[in-house]
Amino acid sequence: MPQRVREKVDLALRSQRQHTITVLSCLLAVQDAFGYIPKLCIDQVAKFTGSTVNDVWGVISFYTNFSVNPPGEHILEVCWGTSCHILGAMDIAKSVLEEIGLDNEGTSSDGRVTVRFNTCLGACANAPVVSVDHKLEGRMTPDQAKVIVGAIKNIVAEDLDIES
Amino acid sequence: MRADFKELKMKADSLWDRLIGGQGHWIRIGSDLSGQSAGSEGVASRFEQEIGQRNLKAIVTEVGTLGLCFAEPLVDIVSPNMPRTVYGNVKPEDVPSIIDSHLIKGVLLKEMVVGVFGQNENNDLPDIFQHPMMKDQLRIALRNAGHVEPGNVNHYLANDGYAALHKVLKTMTPEEVCEEILESGLRGRGGAAFPTGTKWKFLAGAKSSPKYVLVNCEEGDPGAFNDKTILDSDPHSLLEGLIICGYATGATKGYIFIRHGHDSPINRSWRAIDEAYEVGILGTDIFGSGFDFDVEVSLTGDSYVAGEETALMESIEGKRALPRYRPPFPAQFGLFGKPTNINNVKTLSYVPQIMLNGGKWFSDIGYGKSKGTAILCLSGHLKYTGLVEVPFGLTLRHLIDDIGGGSSTGNPIKLLQTGGPLGGVISSDRLDVILDFEAMSEAGAILGSGGIVAADSDISVVDLTRSIIAFCQYESCGKCFPCRSGMSHLLEILERICVGEGSSQDIELMRSVGTNMQAGSLCGHGQLGFNPVSSALQYFGAEFEDMISDPNRDNGRNATWYSPLRTRR
Repeated sequence: MPQRVREKVDLALRSQRQHTITVLSCLLAVQDAFGYIPKLCIDQVAKFTGSTVNDVWGVISFYTNFSVNPPGEHILEVCWGTSCHILGAMDIAKSVLEEIGLDNEGTSSDGRVTVRFNTCLGACANAPVVSVDHKLEGRMTPDQAKVIVGAIKNIVAEDLDIES
Repeated sequence: MRADFKELKMKADSLWDRLIGGQGHWIRIGSDLSGQSAGSEGVASRFEQEIGQRNLKAIVTEVGTLGLCFAEPLVDIVSPNMPRTVYGNVKPEDVPSIIDSHLIKGVLLKEMVVGVFGQNENNDLPDIFQHPMMKDQLRIALRNAGHVEPGNVNHYLANDGYAALHKVLKTMTPEEVCEEILESGLRGRGGAAFPTGTKWKFLAGAKSSPKYVLVNCEEGDPGAFNDKTILDSDPHSLLEGLIICGYATGATKGYIFIRHGHDSPINRSWRAIDEAYEVGILGTDIFGSGFDFDVEVSLTGDSYVAGEETALMESIEGKRALPRYRPPFPAQFGLFGKPTNINNVKTLSYVPQIMLNGGKWFSDIGYGKSKGTAILCLSGHLKYTGLVEVPFGLTLRHLIDDIGGGSSTGNPIKLLQTGGPLGGVISSDRLDVILDFEAMSEAGAILGSGGIVAADSDISVVDLTRSIIAFCQYESCGKCFPCRSGMSHLLEILERICVGEGSSQDIELMRSVGTNMQAGSLCGHGQLGFNPVSSALQYFGAEFEDMISDPNRDNGRNATWYSPLRTRR
């Protein structure tokens, strides 16, 4: 593994805030640092936690937020919970997927955006909700969702401003 | 550092008095998850920017929520010689006119006012406590939500904070604390409604050490956001309840268990913990009592079953969140094999007020065996959506028609989906059911963790049931065969009914699958997983039969249907 990646993983593993360090906490730290779990670091996590590569894979495959493939530059999550469903989440999902050119969850061909369904983003009172890179957007409509996708597609990473 | 309560309190009071009674303005912006989804961050930064440019004497604080989520973003302003005013639906572009009018001219912008606190000069403005959504509330656990800066220990201390902990540590034995909680009749708010005092006594009686107390804020239920909102609005209330629980049970360490990704409840909990350590309310020898207690936040990945108490312990230990066999029960063999107690966020957030006012005070509130208040999340097709805390004993009709303001769409409300995905649906012609743990489960819909989603007459029950079962299937941890396979089977049947390929035997087949799941699953996910189908069949069985017998009829089912591709394999 390139030394640079190894050091970044090491820093992520060592700068965890809580005292209880586990396979899961380490994987969350790596995912926060990289946006995914680079396969090359699984061995490093196993060593750091005194567990086996099997244990680490077991945890990665169980929790659905983990991915061993790099996501797109931006993550657009469409809430799929009950309140959102009742208020039209499927139409939001359809609008988002059409605009990006996907059939279901996945990453756009240009690598710009990854779409995921989230089981509940926690802002049910303002359903339907989507989130862009963890920032929540409530009271969504299919048309507004298209505007958000347009903003993600056309604007350079740092300048993403979905208000406009 | 050993904290001196009196000193801390005096300092906090003087800071608070300066904020609310000083010469400047205090602008509070509701920015819990739901506020954020409505755009609170943009409003807050616009306020900061305008105030900076105009050089005004004002402080902008992001707080939790008053619960009136339908009117978010909410801006709550305290200005000298003016009533405390709450503006609703504020957009960043409204900020300059609010500043011009309210802060500079001292004139309220009436058209944007949701309500004012207390009396106003001409009585021509709505009193916020007379708002239909606020009128019948009794805010015990939520008393500080929207009032204090989340995690700010001084704000909390100035509002009755840590007075209960001080009283408990100085004047009560652990046994007396357990007795007081038992007397209060407090029952767990996570869904099982087990008497909290009894649960605490189990742990207090355990011999081995160390002991742990865990706070469950996994809250994966779609439609429920009350636990996250408490951490988002007033994490110190929970923290104080947790420390008291630790003292009563002899535990020395607490974990607040939250799902990764819900950033603001996580960050605000950490802030509360950090500030409590700073002033000596956590750590060693709290208030000179000799009692030591540590707390940390433990994050989990995306897994609904991780909220089940034994799976939760597996998750804190860093493993796949699979439920354990019981016995041994957590009070004997829990986290890391040590005696452990798991409480819901809401349950512990009541504890400080119970200890201050006495168990009897709490047990006088409520209905039957359901003591105190219910913290409910209203969402779906309602006019007033948000978070409310009401005494047990109201009817669902009161809750939906008055507090929730009735339907938001003009169509009548058809059903309520309550208690999360493992709860059930209840038809709107059963709205006379009383808000009470027992009465709700008799009606086939559990109160669960307090999510109430209303749906209007345009909603197809079959489609809704498919969506809920799809959630349950996706979230099944896979440990027990009847749940893993049964959920997939139920989903398969519902999917074919929805596309018009159902057969006349399908309803019976679902019942048979459901019976097996109930009998053969280790945890509630499989045991209760048939509830959404059975309650839908109970109230709307004809709708299923219609869809099977006449697949071409347009009965409101959603044409589009997506479900996640990811699995837990």
